[in-house]
Amino acid sequence: MRKRCASSADSDNSSSQVMMADSASSDEVAVIGNTDLTSSESENNLINTMVERGTALLNKMEINVAEAEKRTGKNTVNMQETYTVYLIETRPAETVQEGGTPAIPDTLWRRYSEFELLRMYLLVTYPYIIIPPLPEKRAEFVWHKLSADNLDPDFVERRRVGLENFLLRVASHHVLSNDKIFFNFLTEEKGWREAVFETGFQDKADPRLKSLSAMFRVKNPDKRFIALKHYGDELNTIISQLLRVRARVADRLYGVYKVHGNYGRVFSEWSAIEKEMGDGLQSAGHHMDTYAASIDDILEEEEHYADQLKEYYFYTDAVRSVCRKHELIQYELEMVAQDFANKKQQKEELATGTVRVFSLKGMTSKLFGQESQEQREIRLAALEQSICEGEELVKLKNTECQEFVRTAWEDIERFKEQKDRDLREALISYAIMQISMCKKGIQVWSNAKECFNKM
Amino acid sequence: MSVGAARGLASSGQKPIAEILHPLSAAEEPLSPGPDVSVTGSASVGGEKEAGLTNGTPVETSSPASASSLFNRLQLDDDLEADARDPYAASETRDLFVTVDDPKKHVSTMETYITYRVSTKTTRIEFDLPEYCVRRRYQDFDWLRIKLEDSQPTHLIPPLPEKFVMKGVVDRFSEEFVETRMKALDKFLKRVADHPVLSFNTHLNAFLSAKDLNKRQGLALLSKVGESVKHVAGGYKLRARPAEFCAMGEYLDTFSQKLGTIDRIAQRILKEQSEHLTELREYGAVYSSWAAVEDELRRPLEGVAGCVTTCCGAVEELSDSMSQDFLPVLREYVLYIESMKNVLRKRDQSQAEYEGRLEAAILRKQEDRAPIPLEVEKCQDKVECFNADLKADWERWQSNKRQDFKQLLTGMADKNISYYEKSQAAWESLITLLQDKQTEDKTSETN
Repeated sequence: MRKRCASSADSDNSSSQVMMADSASSDEVAVIGNTDLTSSESENNLINTMVERGTALLNKMEINVAEAEKRTGKNTVNMQETYTVYLIETRPAETVQEGGTPAIPDTLWRRYSEFELLRMYLLVTYPYIIIPPLPEKRAEFVWHKLSADNLDPDFVERRRVGLENFLLRVASHHVLSNDKIFFNFLTEEKGWREAVFETGFQDKADPRLKSLSAMFRVKNPDKRFIALKHYGDELNTIISQLLRVRARVADRLYGVYKVHGNYGRVFSEWSAIEKEMGDGLQSAGHHMDTYAASIDDILEEEEHYADQLKEYYFYTDAVRSVCRKHELIQYELEMVAQDFANKKQQKEELATGTVRVFSLKGMTSKLFGQESQEQREIRLAALEQSICEGEELVKLKNTECQEFVRTAWEDIERFKEQKDRDLREALISYAIMQISMCKKGIQVWSNAKECFNKM
Repeated sequence: MSVGAARGLASSGQKPIAEILHPLSAAEEPLSPGPDVSVTGSASVGGEKEAGLTNGTPVETSSPASASSLFNRLQLDDDLEADARDPYAASETRDLFVTVDDPKKHVSTMETYITYRVSTKTTRIEFDLPEYCVRRRYQDFDWLRIKLEDSQPTHLIPPLPEKFVMKGVVDRFSEEFVETRMKALDKFLKRVADHPVLSFNTHLNAFLSAKDLNKRQGLALLSKVGESVKHVAGGYKLRARPAEFCAMGEYLDTFSQKLGTIDRIAQRILKEQSEHLTELREYGAVYSSWAAVEDELRRPLEGVAGCVTTCCGAVEELSDSMSQDFLPVLREYVLYIESMKNVLRKRDQSQAEYEGRLEAAILRKQEDRAPIPLEVEKCQDKVECFNADLKADWERWQSNKRQDFKQLLTGMADKNISYYEKSQAAWESLITLLQDKQTEDKTSETN
């Protein structure tokens, strides 16, 4: 198992190097791309873009998910259900900068399912962007003490933080933050759902089957996207493995600490029969209790690190989704090009009158006699027309594909940078957590030692 | 049970029981030529014994419910012991130093066994030479302990490590097992050598100095003594066991119970720790394989993997030292408690014998007005002597126990602290690595 892992890591190693070489060359492109981005944007999403564009929404608006609340209501099938709503607060950023009392924020409530709808909409509307993931719907990779209940207050709190993070990520994205639907999500409580469906984004959503068939039929896949997809798969596997092992490590550590708590009890009982040793034992026992209790906070804090990893675990899906979209576009382009090539060949056959391969057409002509010159002329003209259209279509698809690759790669570059920065910071804060755990441990054991010394 | 009787016994009491050199007689020896250290040494041993006895007498006359007076006595004795613990004081009073080390495996056609080197340094005149070095195997230690128990029935004999090990579960010749057993044997012998009475036992002398241990020596006589104690024991109920011995029994019951719990907790922690270690190793490995697919993050992730590996080492070290240093001491004390209970039982038997004979004598006296026979008085002496010895041993044992557990528990704290310190150092160096990389990046960006 380990061997296999290592070899696949090796292969990925080389592929990631290829990817990096590519990205280095396209780095400059990304800089140029930034300036003329607005033009492509206005072409694609004219209706949905806000008037002010080019700068992230977060510069103008403060966003936070302030609190969560449990509600009970009737669902569509008239069944009683309990769900959680999250309070979104927004306020203009300028007023705070001026100092004085901050403006009273606009607030509205949203359900998790509405966040899901928003993300689905973004995913379809911006296929070339790595859409930030939502926090998990159900707690995954939990260790035994952690509740997997959706209404558990700790889970709701962690999800609140995750949802806020999602909104901030979208709001700081230079394209996504300018989306009208997103803006309305933050500001218009009523009628937002309807507005989303009015955009007809669902029609644009690619059926899963179509994208699946594209995956196997693309003839000339882009090496960069293949490498990226491979990386996405690899990262997905590794982070999920890491999360699973981390949960087990947490479980065991929890055990080690909690079993020490038993010393607390037995020391206290033992101290009752000792004269000189009694006091020392008794108070050392208290320190053992403290030690056992300290693991709760430690692991609670560590859950934050797990959440950071989880975000990137879910990000891998977004990365792979962009790769899939690229395959789809590439596949469409190849289909159009194939069609175009076929028609050209037909025209050639018709013009020269030769039939290279045995075909149904050849059969019919033999059975029903040669078609008249006039008929041939008409057919030739029709073919000519369709070839013209086909050429246009190929051109269009080609530019569409190129545009997709350009914009997608730009966002991928942005994502890579963000990922490296975020994860490095996550690792630092994880290390800080570990240090603080060690310090706590040293503190408790030093206190206990002092008591033992008094015995 | 007069004070006078107790006093009278103190000077002569032991001889009828076992014809072995008594420390009190050793205290009379300074007349004979010998090194200066030996003189001061044995004199102070005698002095200590005296103190123990004079402390002992008032308790017997006081009310039975005198647990507090027992504690007072312990307090007093602890002060004495505290002086003895002082390294300078110790070097003056101790004149017999023994060590058990250097295990060797012997393979013959008949059997395979381990011998240990037993080295002795002494200034005592009972020994012909100042230094000895012999090789002994477990059987020999076992022989010594049986001899001590038989010849010194009124004393607490320190325990030996368990003789039987489960076959297949423990490898008797594994380095770890031999090492642990060697430490336990060393502890046993040191405890005997430090004991003011046991250390003068002739069998110990033979064990430490004889080239070939003649295990038959004096067997017949001693087994007889053992029997005479057993003989009387049958089913007699004590009229009134002195409160302090009741307290001892109760103490031992509770203590052994707590010790059992501590042992179970320690074992459970070891189990949890070893499972934690397994997971932690895998955890580090995942970081390594992640590092392999990253570019910018490679160094940071490799750093984390390395750090986790360091922590694994620290956990392993902690577990090893706990299983090698912590658990054996608990085991020793579990066995020690058994020895102590055994002595208490023998004391009860001795008292029972006396009470039985006294009752019979009183009955006879009512019939024919005969004086209480000498035999009964001897019996009474024996009980008094037993009580005195046991109390002295008890105090010594309590003080040893306190010292041992203080050391054991502070040791546990130290090991945990060192584990955390190692982990902390590893994570701190990781942070420097991560932050260095960041500033490095920033400088390269500005360039």
